[in-house]
Parts: sequence; structure tokens; C-alpha cells
Amino acid sequence: MSENVKEFTSDNFSAEVIESDTPVLVDFWAEWCGPCRVIAPVVDEIATEYLQKVKVGKLNVDNHNQVASQYGVRSIPALLIFKNGAVANQIVGAVPKNKITEILDSVI
Amino acid sequence: MNRKVIIIGSGPAGLTAALYTARANLNPLVLEGNQPGGQLTITTDVENYPGFPEGIMGPELMEKFRTQAIRFGAECHFKHVTKVDFNARPFKVWVGDDMFTSDSIIISTGASAKMLGLESEKELMGYGVSACATCDGFFFKDKKVLIVGGGDSAMEEANYLTKFASEVKIVHRRDEFRASKIMIDRVMNNDKISVIWNSSIKEILGSKEKGVHAVILEDSQSKNTIEENCDGVFMAIGHKPNTDLFVDILDFDSAGYLITTKGSTATNIEGVYACGDVQDHVYRQAVTAAGSGCMSAIDAERYLENN
Repeated sequence: MSENVKEFTSDNFSAEVIESDTPVLVDFWAEWCGPCRVIAPVVDEIATEYLQKVKVGKLNVDNHNQVASQYGVRSIPALLIFKNGAVANQIVGAVPKNKITEILDSVI
Repeated sequence: MNRKVIIIGSGPAGLTAALYTARANLNPLVLEGNQPGGQLTITTDVENYPGFPEGIMGPELMEKFRTQAIRFGAECHFKHVTKVDFNARPFKVWVGDDMFTSDSIIISTGASAKMLGLESEKELMGYGVSACATCDGFFFKDKKVLIVGGGDSAMEEANYLTKFASEVKIVHRRDEFRASKIMIDRVMNNDKISVIWNSSIKEILGSKEKGVHAVILEDSQSKNTIEENCDGVFMAIGHKPNTDLFVDILDFDSAGYLITTKGSTATNIEGVYACGDVQDHVYRQAVTAAGSGCMSAIDAERYLENN
């Protein structure tokens, strides 16, 4: 995992995501999720390419299920884009990088 | 740069073709598609792939396939082909606006889960509607879920979902299952599972914000409809080959699978080969897909030698 990808938890979610000044891309994932492994390197690349512009991090749904359920995540991988503390857009399932950056660009 | 071989798809068939063509120094380009690793990446234990006596997790098996192909020089890209042109040589393949050309093509686009075809199903996919119990079952802890289907995969997923859900109901349009006896027995002996026979889903009720809360079921005989409450709907009504790219280009059988010449993987266009589930509605196993992927690689190699 790239050092540009943060680890979000139920403890730091509010400070890191909700109160963030920059938009945040949160990758909801789990060890047992095959498509999550597929998308992980893409999320890494995006974190590097959007450095300073977008904060990128992962949230393990096994360990922090209450955050996942709070945002109605019912399928992973799920990428939720937060802007000013609210969900601005979301992408469910493993999709190619250009799809993700397209949606990200439209939000930020 | 014109390629010798481009492989479209990255399940057991595509990655085996990649391994063999890489070892033949053909420097294959694998355009992995929307689901790199293919259908096995959304399964759990694979217990029938030879060489793994203890079983292996589907995603892990596919990582091994990929690593092995890359070790010999295959280039794998997480890109989804959007258009092909096999009329002129070299063959052309597009990913959005990017065009790739190649002297030969191996098609291993596999198959995808079938859906009911409802607007509400499309709208709520990932928000309470799922085609993958092993991916999404976790989010239905102590909830009530429906599973649609009557084959082995419906039985398997129903059983799997009882690990999480408090109640699982199988919705089936007929009055008997076509699943194997052992799988039916497992379902019938599971206290958390019940069956709604002779019924099909007409509508799924819910919203992206709040998820699914009910479905409208229609009785196949009386045509009466009822509302059935549930928190999730899982589809297990079979698979369809991923052939949209090749309509009016390649030959299909009546079930929509690509036709290959008996005893080979040749399609109706010389230099274009097909392997795995996209051309196989009979066996559909990881090991048969891998086997046909190897055949495609050898077929492509011979074609390139002679042309």
C-alpha cells in the first residue's frame, strides 16, 4: 500500500474524512473480497496522482462495520467520495481507473 | 506498437493463454476487462482445481495465474475493451479512444451472472441487490434476504448466506429445483432456509439511500402478486457469455456462445481464437477453461508461424 493511502477507522473517520478541507476518497474493503484486491493498486495510483488535491484512504469493513453501515454500504469494493463532510458520489464494484478518475474529476 | 497476440479477458482461460504465449516469446498483451481474474475472484474455496489438495481461495488462485503469466513476460492491464474490428489485418481493439493492433486475438471474455432485467434491479445493484453472495453476504448480518434461482449456485449461495442472514428465502419460478441432490438436501436441512415455489420477482422496492425493503412476487400460475419484505435480493439464475463486442462479427450458437471449430479454438475468422466460458456452455470449469486457454495459445502460435 502506498504511503499516500491513509487508513481510516471508526475513531479517526470524523476528523480525517468528515472534517477534511480537501475532498476524500474512501475505499471500503475487506480481506475476503476478491474485487477489492483488484482495485487496491488503482486506488494506490490515484492517491499518488491526486496528492494535495484529494485525500485517499481505506476503511476495513470487518473492523469498522459501523461506518460502513452508517453510509449504507452493502457491497464492496465501494468507493465513496466525500466533499465538505457529505457523500458527493459513489462507485460500487471494481471499475477501471478512468471511470473512477472521471467521477472524481466531476466532483472535485 | 503492433502486437503478435492480444488476449481479451483474464480468467483461467485468458491467463493460461497468456502464460503459454508468453513462454513462446509472443509478448502477449492481456486486456483484463472489468473483472480481472474473472468469475473465480468472486468465489471462496475452490476445491476442484487439481494440484491444490487442501483447496485454494478463488482470488488467490487467480493471483497465482497472473503472477505466473507475468513471470514469463505477459503484460496485464486492467482495461476493458470497448470495440473491436476484425475485418482488416492487423486486427484492431479499442479501449475507449486508445487503439491497439495485433496479428492474432484470443477471446476469453467469459460469462457474467444473468439478471432479471428489471429497472429497479439495475438501480439497486450494490444497494441491496447483488449477484455475489460471497462478496456481499457480510452486509446482511441478522437480516432477511431472498435468493432467486433453482440451480446449484442458488443452493450454494443460500447456504452461504445463512452464515450471516437470520432468514433466507429461495424464490423459484418452478415447483422443483434443477440443482443436484446433494445441494438440495443441504438446503432442505437448513433451518434458516425456506422456499417460495412457483414465483418470480416483478419489482424490487427500495432506494439507494435506504437499500431494499421488499419485493413484489408474482405467482406463476394464478398471476396473483404479493409483497414480501426483505433487506436484500441475491441473483443466482445462471450465466450468460460476454459476447456483446462480437455481435455481427463472429458466429454464435443458439444459446449465444461463440462457436469454435471442433477440436480447436478457431472462430470463423482466421487468427481469432476463443477459449473458456465464452465458448463453452457445457463444462464451465476453471480447469476446462485453462485447458482451452492453452489450446488457444497453441492455435495462435501455429497461425503466426504460418502467416
